[in-house]
Amino acid sequence: MKIVACIKRVPTTEAQAKIAGDGKSLDNAGWQYMASFYDEIAVEQAILTKEKLGGEVTVVTLGPSAASKEVREFLARGADTGVILKDDHPSMRDPRATAKALAAKVKALGAEVVFVGRVATDRDHSAVGAMLATYLGWACVTEAIGLELSAGKGVAKRETEHGVETVEFSLPAVITCNKGLNEPRRASLKGIMAVKSKTIAEEAFENVAAQVTVSKVELPPARKAGRIVGEGAAAVPALIEALRGEARIL
Amino acid sequence: MSNIIVFVEHHNGTARAASAQCIGAALATSHDVIAVVSGKGAEEAAATLGKHGATKAVALTGAAQHSPDALARDIAKLVKDNGAKGFMAAATATGKDIAPRVAALLDSTLFSDVTGITAQGDAFTVVRPWLAGKAIATLTSQAPVFCATTRLNVFAASGAEKKCEVIKAAASTDGKAIVTSVAEKAEEKLDVKEAPVVVSGGRGLKGPENFKLIEDLAAAFGAAATGASRAVVDAGWRPHAEQVGQTGKTVSPQLYIAVGISGAIQHLAGMRTSKVIVAINKDAEAPIFKVADYGIVGDAFEVVPALTAAVKAAKKH
Ligand SMILES: Cc1cc2nc3c(=O)[nH]c(=O)nc-3n(C[C@H](O)[C@H](O)[C@H](O)COP(=O)(O)OP(=O)(O)OC[C@H]3O[C@@H](n4cnc5c(N)ncnc54)[C@H](O)[C@@H]3O)c2cc1C
Ligand SMILES: Nc1ncnc2c1ncn2[C@@H]1O[C@H](COP(=O)(O)O)[C@@H](O)[C@H]1O
Repeated sequence: MKIVACIKRVPTTEAQAKIAGDGKSLDNAGWQYMASFYDEIAVEQAILTKEKLGGEVTVVTLGPSAASKEVREFLARGADTGVILKDDHPSMRDPRATAKALAAKVKALGAEVVFVGRVATDRDHSAVGAMLATYLGWACVTEAIGLELSAGKGVAKRETEHGVETVEFSLPAVITCNKGLNEPRRASLKGIMAVKSKTIAEEAFENVAAQVTVSKVELPPARKAGRIVGEGAAAVPALIEALRGEARIL
Repeated sequence: MSNIIVFVEHHNGTARAASAQCIGAALATSHDVIAVVSGKGAEEAAATLGKHGATKAVALTGAAQHSPDALARDIAKLVKDNGAKGFMAAATATGKDIAPRVAALLDSTLFSDVTGITAQGDAFTVVRPWLAGKAIATLTSQAPVFCATTRLNVFAASGAEKKCEVIKAAASTDGKAIVTSVAEKAEEKLDVKEAPVVVSGGRGLKGPENFKLIEDLAAAFGAAATGASRAVVDAGWRPHAEQVGQTGKTVSPQLYIAVGISGAIQHLAGMRTSKVIVAINKDAEAPIFKVADYGIVGDAFEVVPALTAAVKAAKKH
């Protein structure tokens, strides 16, 4: 079975935001990058699926050439090939444009199941997976915390605010992966050696016009200075007083 | 007036607070709201939506089981049939599941988890966080239909009751994915994203058994949820559903209490938009105090039981 895992290169979670001179973007000077946290879970699920059902895992990213670093790491963990849809500004793409570009590639690859992250931790859309499935006309389970795939179908679990849902679906499907689905492995030495014989292709993609214009980007308003109301249990009455009086909570 | 379709979630016929807030956000853009409800109790729920400001409520009935893709198709059709200018849902697990599908069916992009919406006529502008709230972007939509999900606890529900026409429509039953069962959690347990008060514990609590202190403090407030730092979730002390932060949930409660949490940048990203923040930490230099409105420097094992007792006493009168 042809399996695809989609990954996005994003700034590390330590990255601080600084507004660029145009007031409409972020200054990325000094940022380090990583594959979005949940994409590690997506790739792991793709490799687990290959190990169970057989097939081949392709890692696809819409991003800059530099994303080959993240793709290579996943090849070392067990993915078979990588594709970079070369885009120097993937963060500025809206989820519709990203989903369309990925849908075209998934179709061309003839994939039967696609794993994506629950959310990419740069723009926090949480949208690309379900949009991708919809453009493909496929089934989709979002925020999966459990998954069993068999020939032509699958059963997934997903958690909502109110409980855990069991979802039965037909393949082909897109699964968006949440924490809890698996524990991503580390690359083995053998895996790292094997990367040499694997390929990462750089390709162009069809760029659809964005439906979003950025008017401005700002830092969040600073929180007004707080205060230490006291030390130890003796400070509790002062806290209660503050919550009642100033904050009007109790 | 042109209208916006709002997907409303309900529990056995009562609209969820997050959905009432979403209707409020849509009304504030000077559009009429057509609400869509589905599932068991849809008709009962539809009948109550005038109270929240909807002028029309469509109950999708006849589907024995929930299918997100079938529901999305039904909603997209309603958007088209009603010539709606927008589609909105609350940014809950269900809303985030449905909204991108509806947006794609309308070939429109999605503005997720917005914290502000304004409109000039049918031109929509939103405010939404980037990098988990480290930056705030103002964006204008050129989508053919404006599609958005609204962050919980940010928008006010409308107090103005409208006369609401209730319509029944047949739900599609040809879903590619079907929710065959739901293991509901105990109803009194609120999710961190919806609770007005969140009490979170971190590694300072030393072990999972001590989260009883956190639970008791939450219980003293009544409508409260318990949260956690990633360190304690990774250690297996608490479930992932409780994790607050950049790779957990983003919360904006009235009151956030952080106990034994240092205040790492990833944790702050998830809770810094809380209205009031209280920190209890034995280290006066802990970064959490930089965002806290009120701090107590002290041992959680001493401070939290005293606070729980004091909150109980304060609630009595
Ligand atoms: C990619 C990535 C994503 C991440 N995402 C998240 C996320 O979503 N959410 C998140 O929370 N973290 C996240 N983190 C982890 C984050 O960097 C911190 O490691 C984590 O938040 C620390 O948790 P903590 O505050 O409970 O523990 P610590 O940092 O160990 O802090 C414990 C605190 O307890 C205090 N303390 C100790 N004993 C007592 C006592 N008896 N009474 C009172 N106070 C006491 C200490 O002074 C200390 O401040 C992420 C990290 C990475 C790399
Ligand atoms: N530029 C991209 N390239 C490849 N995959 C992406 C890209 N953007 C988003 N995705 C996938 O979609 C998931 C959700 O992203 P988002 O909807 O942007 O939060 C990510 O975790 C990735 O798996």
